[in-house]
Amino acid sequence: MIRCLRTLDVSITLFAAAVAGCATQSGTVVLLPERDGRAAAVHVKQGERSLVLDSPYAAAEVTSTGPRAAKVGADEVKAMFGAALDAQPMRATAFTLYFEEEDALTGDSQRIVEDVLAAIARYPVPDVVLVGHTDLVGTDTFNDELARKRAESVRQRLVARGIAPGRIVAYGRGKREPAVPTGDGVPEPRNRRVEIIVR
Amino acid sequence: MSGNSKLRAGAVAMIFAALAGPSIAADIGYVKVVKGAVTVERGGKSIPAAVGTAVQAGDVIRTIANASVGLTMVDDTLLSAGPNSVLTLDRLDYDPSMRNGRLDATLGAGTLAVVSGRIAKQSPEAMTLRTPLAILGVRGTEFAVSAHDPVLANP
Repeated sequence: MIRCLRTLDVSITLFAAAVAGCATQSGTVVLLPERDGRAAAVHVKQGERSLVLDSPYAAAEVTSTGPRAAKVGADEVKAMFGAALDAQPMRATAFTLYFEEEDALTGDSQRIVEDVLAAIARYPVPDVVLVGHTDLVGTDTFNDELARKRAESVRQRLVARGIAPGRIVAYGRGKREPAVPTGDGVPEPRNRRVEIIVR
Repeated sequence: MSGNSKLRAGAVAMIFAALAGPSIAADIGYVKVVKGAVTVERGGKSIPAAVGTAVQAGDVIRTIANASVGLTMVDDTLLSAGPNSVLTLDRLDYDPSMRNGRLDATLGAGTLAVVSGRIAKQSPEAMTLRTPLAILGVRGTEFAVSAHDPVLANP
């Protein structure tokens, strides 16, 4: 068994399992309850055989004979995966800042910048991702540039408040992903925004 | 070659490796949590993982007994491994401005908890996790997987 565990490469592991008669090689897959209620599923495939896990604590026992459906409790999950779960990094926190025009933040959003800074301070080694967006007024080229400029303006604001520039990445998505769908050419303040991920 | 010049040559090679490192491959995630001895193996070299260490495609993350590690990937996927684990980050392609990509990882041994990120949200085929016996297709979810634990007590 130990030999199976210590082998590094997957193909070599299978080979070693066959040669050493390592019949105890196995595994478990458990679907965990979602924190944010997203639709969830894991598809467990072994050659031609497969199993779909799509409810909390649904599990698959994986052995050389194929995946077998199982059910585990929260206690078993803790016993098996407690160390891995305890090492889970903090989840990302998301914010949205809105713009009056060009790259000027609305008054409300200027206050939200303080919340963003407070969130960044909670992470041990924070990464900040800024994605700029525009409404559907103007060409793609114009809006790509405007979106990038908005993200860049937020980046400069954070850097001015002491966040290391190397921890921030800024991108523009132009008019491709409006928060509120509108026809082309329609001004929409809710689409003039920078989405922020702190993680 | 004398011992000294060998040492010097080694030091020069290490400096070159350090300088060349960032330009060769893109960072695909960061180590955010480290408990105990955790290493990142890249190009045959093994370095100790620390909070803030960047990881790249092809890296192999290892934990010893009583050690664990947590990674946040660039698409917000969280991967955390328990003791005696071997996790290979086979591939992570992600375009943050287009929000699409592909994530493949392999748990060779040990335990792994996963909170999927933006890549798995986009399409059912975009994220796979391999173990020695199975391939997991991830449809946007939280789950845990082991690659060697004894079979469940009450299957």
